[in-house]
Amino acid sequence: MDITRPLVEKVALLARLEIPPAGADKAAAQLGRIVTMVEKLNELDTKNVEPMTNPTGLVDAFRSDEPRPSLPRAEALANAPDKVEMFLRVPRVVE
Amino acid sequence: MTPSWETVIGLEVHVQLKTRTKLFCGCVNKYGADPNTLVCPICLGLPGVLPVLNRQAFALAVRAGVALGCDVANLTKFDRKNYYYPDLPKGYQISQYDRPLNRRGRLEIETPSGKKNIGITRIHLEEDAGKLIHPETEGTAGVSFVDLNRAGVPLVEIVSEPDMRSPEEAYAYLTALKEILQYVDVSDCDMEKGSLRCDANVSIRRPGDPKLGVKTEIKNLNSFRAVAKALSYEAARHAQVIESGGKVEQVTLTWDAVAEKTIVLRSKEEAHDYRYFPEPDLVHVQADPAFVAKVREALPERPAARRERYVHELGLPAYDAGVLTGDKELAELFDRLRGEGLAPKIASNWVMKHVLAAMNEKKLHASAFFDKTRRIAEVARKVEAKEVTGQTGGDLFLWILETPESASVDEHVRKQGLAQVSDAGALEAIVKDVIAKSPRIVADIKAGKTTAIQALVGQVMRETKGKANATVARELIEKALH
Repeated sequence: MDITRPLVEKVALLARLEIPPAGADKAAAQLGRIVTMVEKLNELDTKNVEPMTNPTGLVDAFRSDEPRPSLPRAEALANAPDKVEMFLRVPRVVE
Repeated sequence: MTPSWETVIGLEVHVQLKTRTKLFCGCVNKYGADPNTLVCPICLGLPGVLPVLNRQAFALAVRAGVALGCDVANLTKFDRKNYYYPDLPKGYQISQYDRPLNRRGRLEIETPSGKKNIGITRIHLEEDAGKLIHPETEGTAGVSFVDLNRAGVPLVEIVSEPDMRSPEEAYAYLTALKEILQYVDVSDCDMEKGSLRCDANVSIRRPGDPKLGVKTEIKNLNSFRAVAKALSYEAARHAQVIESGGKVEQVTLTWDAVAEKTIVLRSKEEAHDYRYFPEPDLVHVQADPAFVAKVREALPERPAARRERYVHELGLPAYDAGVLTGDKELAELFDRLRGEGLAPKIASNWVMKHVLAAMNEKKLHASAFFDKTRRIAEVARKVEAKEVTGQTGGDLFLWILETPESASVDEHVRKQGLAQVSDAGALEAIVKDVIAKSPRIVADIKAGKTTAIQALVGQVMRETKGKANATVARELIEKALH
């Protein structure tokens, strides 16, 4: 698969990554090589193979609906880049 | 809408599940707590934590599926829906993509032209996001506050087929959906508290056209009425756009309830590409047939079935049955009164008259009367047996609400002298007195206006504070005037 510069820019936007203009072409080339390597899997016939989405094969790991203590607010907000009293503060997204 | 257009509507409804804790962590699932106090490393999305599925949330999601006639999947899995938004701490929402828990359900609604089935495409489990607050106070331009108490609260998303053909049908669908989900105790479905939220998709086409028109999606609908209004507005707008030669653009809109119009929702998050992939931190979940069968068996009776039973088995008028089953707790109260030995119609009369009045006046839920049913039934029986008058019965009902269940009705009646007076001897003097004081009414009666007798009966009731046996009083008056 051809990884183009616009595709890299789009993925970077979706992932909120800043890629310096000079780095976009380099990233496109490197990602292209990675994807090409993974594409090798296409050579296998997987028609009758169930997709594996979890390597453990375990099912039904539940917890009971019992409350456990939450964090004190000061601790919960300790790592926030910006906060005001009880809240996290963020730039407004909706106009 | 002009008859030359057909409106096509599909609804996406998010419903918060009635669990004690969140979907993947032990934080309490509660509305209205102090901001950011019901959060932990898991729902905050701190690095290195693992989610574990809440068994009760899963059971409730299966129950929702069974109640809405879905095929419940044997095996289901979770997926990450990736997007950045300030109310989503992890940068992704744990949801279900290609293996939803429930598919292919249906919901019956009432329309002016009879019953109609609305298809349900899927019902899947997912976690709620936090809440953004956009303050209007000074110095807050350009910022929002985030409260993450809601982040991780269990939701089911119920996606309908585009089977509705008018805003009225959408309204009926939402009403029926809410009724069922409340009945089976899956959710409170309280729009004001956000435990039920609805997005609406609408398009129009020429009747008979098999192809769907371009749809728009309306968000921020905060009542069922708003849904119906927004859909009417939007369908009319589509018609206008097309009739004037334009094309409907596929956009997301928000409903401005004040201006009563839709507005295009502009968000800086433009590129919608959720890049779903399987959630590697959660294992698959099985809903084996035995478990589903157990959930099905334990399902409370649905409102429509209960209504039918009240009419056909208990002989209640359709009106009574409709009112009683319109509120699950009210129906429960009615059943409890019957359990105390009251005949269906008597029990219904007490609920419809006294209970509803008290609920309205005192802003109570029907469940507030659950521990009063023994004494309410006792009073109802006294009225039936003519030990007390209907009026005294009403007073006793109010007295019951003010007193503990241990307070004896019998004793109260005896002490306060509330027993009905049927003894002619005891009433005769009062009747004589009333007749003497009302020469004009007496003249009317003698002139042939027999309905005026009722006025004299009323006066006897007043004199006896409602305790006189009205039939006996009437007989005595008739005899005296004969």
